[in-house]
Amino acid sequence: MAEYLFLVPLFPLIGFLINGLLIGRLPKPLITLIGCGSVGLSLLLSCSLFFELKALAPEARQITQTLFTWISVGQSPDQFHVSIGYLLDPLSAVMILVVTGVGFLIHIYSIGYMAHDNGYGRYFAYMNLFTFAMLTLVLADNFLFLFVGWEGVGLCSYLLIGFWYEKKSASDAGKKAFIVNRIGDFGFLVGIFIIFWSVKSLDFMTVAARAPEVFVFGGSLVTAACLMLFLGATGKSAQLPLYIWLPDAMEGPTPVSALIHAATMVTAGVYLLARTNALFIMAPDALMVVAIIGALTALFAATIGLAQNDIKRVLAYSTVSQLGYMFLACGVAAFTAGIFHLMIHAFFKALLFLGAGSVIHAMSNEQDMRNMGGLKKYLPITFSTMFVATLTITGIPLFAGFFSKDEILWKAFSSGTNGAWYFWLIGFVTAGLTAFYMFRLVYLTFYGKERMDSKTKSHIHESPRTMTVPLMALAVLSAIGGFIGMPHIFGVTNYFEEWLSPVMSGPAHDMAEHALASGGHSATMEWLLMAASVVLVLVSIWMAYYFYRKNTQASTSLAEKFLGIKTTLENKYYVDEFYGAVVIRPVIYFSLFLWKFVDVILIDGTLNGLAKLWRDVSDALRYSQSGQLRSYATIFTVGVVLLIAWIVFGINHG
Amino acid sequence: MVPTSAYLILAIILFGIGTVGVLITRNMIVLFMSIEIMLNAANMVLIAFSKALNLVDGHVIVFLVLTIAAAEAAVGLAMIVMVYRNRETVNVDRFSLMKW
Repeated sequence: MAEYLFLVPLFPLIGFLINGLLIGRLPKPLITLIGCGSVGLSLLLSCSLFFELKALAPEARQITQTLFTWISVGQSPDQFHVSIGYLLDPLSAVMILVVTGVGFLIHIYSIGYMAHDNGYGRYFAYMNLFTFAMLTLVLADNFLFLFVGWEGVGLCSYLLIGFWYEKKSASDAGKKAFIVNRIGDFGFLVGIFIIFWSVKSLDFMTVAARAPEVFVFGGSLVTAACLMLFLGATGKSAQLPLYIWLPDAMEGPTPVSALIHAATMVTAGVYLLARTNALFIMAPDALMVVAIIGALTALFAATIGLAQNDIKRVLAYSTVSQLGYMFLACGVAAFTAGIFHLMIHAFFKALLFLGAGSVIHAMSNEQDMRNMGGLKKYLPITFSTMFVATLTITGIPLFAGFFSKDEILWKAFSSGTNGAWYFWLIGFVTAGLTAFYMFRLVYLTFYGKERMDSKTKSHIHESPRTMTVPLMALAVLSAIGGFIGMPHIFGVTNYFEEWLSPVMSGPAHDMAEHALASGGHSATMEWLLMAASVVLVLVSIWMAYYFYRKNTQASTSLAEKFLGIKTTLENKYYVDEFYGAVVIRPVIYFSLFLWKFVDVILIDGTLNGLAKLWRDVSDALRYSQSGQLRSYATIFTVGVVLLIAWIVFGINHG
Repeated sequence: MVPTSAYLILAIILFGIGTVGVLITRNMIVLFMSIEIMLNAANMVLIAFSKALNLVDGHVIVFLVLTIAAAEAAVGLAMIVMVYRNRETVNVDRFSLMKW
């Protein structure tokens, strides 16, 4: 089976080529078959590859497949050699299962959601291209090939955010996503340069193996490389200060938000950190930055989520916040916990977005929660599946999110890094905020008075089967997915940690273990913290219940009391306005200066002036071209005579 | 014994006649003949020096020049014939299309 590894990304690519090249010429059922079928085949193949990998001994769980050499320049030992090669190890196996699994369900969902759209074929072509790029990203065996996938998903994100390109806000949002990501990608590239410059290789396994010899533990070079890689990750994974594009990305179709801007692409940064864990573990300062940024993002985005009224924007800020959790986990060197939360988050956030899509579909494209309410009885399946997802994200015990979130909180607490306690506290507070805004969303959408107008109300209907079946499948995964990664204090094996352990070890980790003092591990403490977060979550849920269900006046009066805070939150801390004034405005003025003065006056003026000079001179000279043979001959003869005269008299006598 | 300078003076005279002919005539055929005269003036110089220095190189070159002049005359005359057929004139002043 292993020799078919390359087919995993190839199937969606073929799907993209067929659907993309024959846009508008294929019948809808065929588009559906190719679009979903290609991802389905990848899913089946991924599953069988997973079982094949599982059959190997834990240390031997590495399948590589090199297709061909892409770039080969220079002589060894400085040779720059990049191949098109795939690497399947426990980490990438988890990723391809998430990408193809969630991706397949979202493709199925799209059949119903996009059924009446004119761009049906284009949509599936882009989605397949995205799946191909994402699989390339997670399966690549070297930095540069990963970067190809990285840029590929960025392109697809741009294309799909601006899918309804007739809408100005949608095409603007696409551009914003693309441009903000450029900043991150610049950092990523610089990181790659540093790594090649020092290690002389871009291959993941070579880099991981040779990192301890090449880099000094905590040295400035490895710290710089890691910070640059992390800058790339903040762009793609929407962390402070580059998160601003993700909420705007909600302009795209909802399944796109679910697949790209919640489940898969935005987690690429976390994957990158986990993939390069051998480097990060050697740079404690860089890890500290990652943890701080992650924690701050988690808290910051969660507070914005409290006051948003657009159902998709609440989920978008929630995604940013949850990504912050994942980075917090990576920052305290708990990469396994980060990837575990990534996987669980992919399940429940995809489900939440698809549920929101189902609500929006039923509400005739209404996204404002203030105009919803009481939808529970109209959309029973959507409600129950979304409710499961909400319980998961808030961390109700035994639901998947409970395990993954508490794992991160516990790892943050017990990491032994400086300020571990603060990291735990921020994560803890964020968990409470998450519970509050998620139940606010549920209460506003599904309970209470029906606030929609009568025309919309008459159209409300439960979504078709193609949309509800993926919802149910994801609900099952969100509910029980956590059991593979239960903490040790439950007295069971943490299968997930065990599965990823070959990737999260190696010489660099041994080195780091010597250098870092490990924090105290006490089962009592872990139980205590777990109980504390459960209590906080329950209190937050009760508060949401009180303000948005039982006593809706209370929330209004509270909002009036703290009007300043409310408007600040509703306006997302004015970050967009701040960037507008500090970054965009100066750039515009500087560009105007370059255009109006440097380009138009200096460059064009010089060039056009020179051109005009030559033209005028030529205009004067061309009259010498009389066309008269004899006048030419005369000038020629006179010239020759003068030349000879100069040779004979000038040179000899002068 | 005729001195070499006499041959050279003759060559200068011939060359001068040819040059003046090229400059003043309008008839293309006459113009062509004037060029031939200039060519033969050059031949004359070659012969004169060849004899004065007692070398055969000059003679050889003259034969070469004569051969090529014959070929060139054939091509040139053919062109004049074609020009005449098209324009019904051999007056070079009338061929001033390639100007400005």
